[in-house]
Amino acid sequence: MSIEQKREPILKGRNLVKRYGKVVALDHCDFDLYPGEILAVIGDNGAGKSTLIKALSGAVIPDEGEVYLEGKQVHFHSPNDARHAGIETVYQTLAMSPALSITDNMFMGRELRKPGFRGKWLRQLDRAGMEKFARDKLNDLGLMTIQNINQAVETLSGGQRQGVAVARAAAFGSKVIILDEPTAALGVKESRRVLELILDVKSRGIPIILISHNMPHVFELADRVHVHRLGQRLCVIDPKNHSMSDAVAFMTGAKEPETEFEAA
Amino acid sequence: MPTDTDHYESSVRERRAETVAEFKSHKAGPLQRVQHALHVTPALVPLIVLLVSIIVFGLLLGSRFFSPFALTLILQQVQIVGIVAAAQSLVILTAGIDLSVGAIMVLSSVVMGQFTFRYGIPAPVAVACGLAVGTACGFVNGWLVSVMRLPPFIVTLGSWQIFLATNYLYSANETIRAQEIEAAAPILQLFGAKFQIGGAVFTVGVVFMIALIVVLGWTLRQTAWGRHVYAVGDDAEAAQLSGVNVKRTLISVYMLSGLICAFAGWALIGRIGSVSPTSGYDANIESITAVVIGGISLFGGRGSIMGSLFGALIVGVFSLGLRLLGADAQWTYFFIGVLIIAAVAVDQWIRKVSA
Ligand SMILES: Nc1ncnc2c1ncn2[C@@H]1O[C@H](COP(=O)(O)OP(=O)(O)OP(=O)(O)O)[C@@H](O)[C@H]1O
Ligand SMILES: [Mg+2]
Repeated sequence: MSIEQKREPILKGRNLVKRYGKVVALDHCDFDLYPGEILAVIGDNGAGKSTLIKALSGAVIPDEGEVYLEGKQVHFHSPNDARHAGIETVYQTLAMSPALSITDNMFMGRELRKPGFRGKWLRQLDRAGMEKFARDKLNDLGLMTIQNINQAVETLSGGQRQGVAVARAAAFGSKVIILDEPTAALGVKESRRVLELILDVKSRGIPIILISHNMPHVFELADRVHVHRLGQRLCVIDPKNHSMSDAVAFMTGAKEPETEFEAA
Repeated sequence: MPTDTDHYESSVRERRAETVAEFKSHKAGPLQRVQHALHVTPALVPLIVLLVSIIVFGLLLGSRFFSPFALTLILQQVQIVGIVAAAQSLVILTAGIDLSVGAIMVLSSVVMGQFTFRYGIPAPVAVACGLAVGTACGFVNGWLVSVMRLPPFIVTLGSWQIFLATNYLYSANETIRAQEIEAAAPILQLFGAKFQIGGAVFTVGVVFMIALIVVLGWTLRQTAWGRHVYAVGDDAEAAQLSGVNVKRTLISVYMLSGLICAFAGWALIGRIGSVSPTSGYDANIESITAVVIGGISLFGGRGSIMGSLFGALIVGVFSLGLRLLGADAQWTYFFIGVLIIAAVAVDQWIRKVSA
């Protein structure tokens, strides 16, 4: 781990604060993601995990603190800014338009246009191109039993929807992929496919932030585990040196970590 | 968490041995198939209602109703409402509502008339000014809705009064007569110009209405902007998270709506000949009626703009048909009221597809 520590984090947060009225969702929180790793973020309900990743992905603008991408400070004003910088997020709420099709949703905000006059001047969408891409990505994921790529998202099951959201992130993320409880609605086999996809993304060299309440998944995949508690990073542990019950004890406050970087 | 671990264990054992469960949709009953078809093509209901009502009135009235002349007369009678309904549809698709459409329309037409006759500005320039005023009114609505985050109903309830009062104050309640316009600035009456094909009579305004609906329908389906309009109406927060610039989309929709209303104002001069600050006062209610009967959901994100045209035409068919039958005009309102409630009920039913 000492090598890891000398490397510059690809995505870094310092002193992040986010208040919602009286609630302090992020309380001077630090965050580090290193290149090529899978970092799990665990914590109780309401600990501030989703707020943390929203602050990193432009969906929430922190009241205080800084975010650095590849060492350079960034100011994301919208999720789109972060996406342009290569950070792709699957939000806990999935952020999909139920009445629109799978293809429309996958390409929302980054639609492909037809080549030539029709695309340039009439700004016509390249539907065939987008449909083919969407179908390929869903097939890659292998978790789709979808008959029609133009079917409205609201006609999909909860798990299929989550699959589409994960496929969207995996397809477009180039620097960092953030997954906020990507397997929460999935069955056992479908979860397995998502876990395989996560490993696949990792093998492409793209680091992943995985928020999950599922300890076996976390301990199977993660290189490091960020334990979040009361809006702060309580500690970072190495899953190889700690048991699941340790992690749960830290998370719930039943046990105090000795140093912030238990894993170090 | 024992259950999770159990699942985990069993899933590890199975790994990829099995393929993912296939869900073949079980044979859908005829009712479900209808529901599905409507879900995919929401303009189908108003189209069927339109065709059936034309056939029924045609059977009752014969060639008095079922003639090119009478049918194109309906088109002429609905042209203003049809154009305004196109503007209204865009706003309602974003889960908003625009109560100020009628006021923007009248204000724009008054600007076109007064600029020409009070200041002696060349009529084409005055028309451009009127179109700009309509767009600016839309911008004010859009800015208040998207940037100030005020509810569209309240914003446009307020701006309706403001635009209408401005219209009366500015015009000093003065009407510009048709003869004057015809002599000095015929371009103001451009939309009223008629041409005949067989027994069918068309006006420029009718052609404009149909072209507008076709172009908007294409744009909503075939461009990224169109998809964003639907996404914003469907779930604005999700749209924002998935990369849509919600504010910009909303402002563009209200501005376009204002511009279309200004065109309706121009068409209004063509229809009634004169420029009158008291005309078109009920355009907002009529446009909302056409949109709702046309199957566009007031909750946003669902429906097609073609439906609004059908909605406007249904109202036109009922008005003319019942009038030719010699029925009391109140029957028109009666049936329109029934259609509105039926349309909303169908919308609710279609939404259940998602469940
Ligand atoms: N938009 C909001 N408005 C007000 N309070 C909010 C908002 N979003 C989050 N909060 C509050 O901030 C705190 C942290 O919420 P957050 O969603 O980040 O938790 P979480 O760790 O992701 O929880 P979970 O595991 O349930 O997803 C909670 O107390 C929540 O009530
Ligand atoms: Mg959360």
